[in-house]
Amino acid sequence: MSDEKKLAIIATKGTLDWAYPPFILASTAAALGYEVQIFFTFYGLQLLKKKLNLKVSPLGNPGMPMPMGMDKWFPVLGTALPGMEAVMTAMMKNKMKSKGVASVEELRGLCDEAEVKMIACQMTVDLFDMPTSEFIDGLEFGGAATFFEFAGEADITLYI
Amino acid sequence: MANFDTELDASGLNCPLPILRAKKSLAGMESGQTLHIIATDPGSVKDFEAFAKQTGNSLMESKEDGGKFYFLIKKA
Repeated sequence: MSDEKKLAIIATKGTLDWAYPPFILASTAAALGYEVQIFFTFYGLQLLKKKLNLKVSPLGNPGMPMPMGMDKWFPVLGTALPGMEAVMTAMMKNKMKSKGVASVEELRGLCDEAEVKMIACQMTVDLFDMPTSEFIDGLEFGGAATFFEFAGEADITLYI
Repeated sequence: MANFDTELDASGLNCPLPILRAKKSLAGMESGQTLHIIATDPGSVKDFEAFAKQTGNSLMESKEDGGKFYFLIKKA
């Protein structure tokens, strides 16, 4: 299938908001006929856990729209208050649900269905002593050279 | 409304779900058959054009009526 277009993605972030770009782009590309591989490294490995526990943090994120004008009456320090992360995560999830945005689990499942190949960075897994039993099935474990084997022939390569 | 073989109601779904559901529906259809899609995501207008262009399926019809978007795609 060498005439198939190829998309290679490196997913490095492990927050709820940043979980979307790799899975949205991968699943859509697959639907358009691309062969897709995602290489998950560092915090991106959180996206491969069977039980996802992703959060979004307003801390250090001035671009995040805050509900009820919270960014006005909460100065920067307010975003660091205990519990803010949980509150913002719950709000974000509710908002996404109400707007018909798919859950990360759903998008990841669609990627899996579309045969998007997911590779976990072996070095990071070892570095953080992450138990491989916590990851979803069907993963491949590899390193930088494994990524380049596919990326070297990719039409598009994204670092997210 | 023209005749069609299969209908997909993607109302309430947001990017990229309408495209992914359409792809799935088309996979179960025969070449030459038509898929009628109903969507509420305004982004789907451009997206279905792009989808058709890239997958070779033809977008026979694209229209808006009362805040809803209707597409007719013929499978290549």
